Amino acid sequence: MTDSKFHFVITSDYARMREVQGQLMSAVQAHRFDDDSCFAIKLALEEALINAIKHGNKCDPAKRVTVDARVTDKLAEFTITDEGAGFARADVPDPTHVANLEKSSGRGLLLIESYMTEVKFTDQGRKLWMIRRK
Amino acid sequence: MSAQNPPVAVSDAKDIRIVEFTNNKILDEANIKEIGDAIRALVEERDTPKLLLDFGTVDHLSSAALGMLIDVNSKMRAKNGSLRLANIRPAIRDVFVITKLDKLFKIHGTREEALASF
Repeated sequence: MTDSKFHFVITSDYARMREVQGQLMSAVQAHRFDDDSCFAIKLALEEALINAIKHGNKCDPAKRVTVDARVTDKLAEFTITDEGAGFARADVPDPTHVANLEKSSGRGLLLIESYMTEVKFTDQGRKLWMIRRK
Repeated sequence: MSAQNPPVAVSDAKDIRIVEFTNNKILDEANIKEIGDAIRALVEERDTPKLLLDFGTVDHLSSAALGMLIDVNSKMRAKNGSLRLANIRPAIRDVFVITKLDKLFKIHGTREEALASF
């Protein structure tokens, strides 16, 4: 099947985020990723997009989130960029540490890194690249 | 919207309140808040509440949903209550294992096993 490529620039808006997510997941399903991969990609996209809008852009409607994606028969690759202040991955506490287990937030990055094959942060944490290979 | 479609369905088994989720996805912040408010109301309605959350309908949840469950767990503990989770499909169960929240919550395979554990 022909590779699917996407480029979206959206405002910090959850409804637009859902539209983007829906189009990307349709492509993933069309390229016949199995149920486990679809679950993984959907969850990672959810966490990544929420992070960009909520923690990156602080829900500022003037700030945008850029999403680039490529879905092939072998892989699904996403780059999500926000316009926030950035962050250092090393500064994010380990949510599985016993001292953090009952904190109600801070698990999104763990889930992204657990469910995708490779994950990288660049541009001081504003740009997330993640890939899931079949 | 919430008046037409309550976020949870509640039934009883003796003194145990059983909660089922009416949406198969626990993702949207607004939806998570609605669910959290509904469950917290159940926590508050009795002394030493007993609550069973049945995940049989749920096929997706996010880290925000986990945060809501942790908050409910804290409130249950504050009231010396008993909280059980049950009927979680394997993909969702893995989310609890990855985050190590399977150590925090009492999780049972089936609703019957959970009911028997109170």
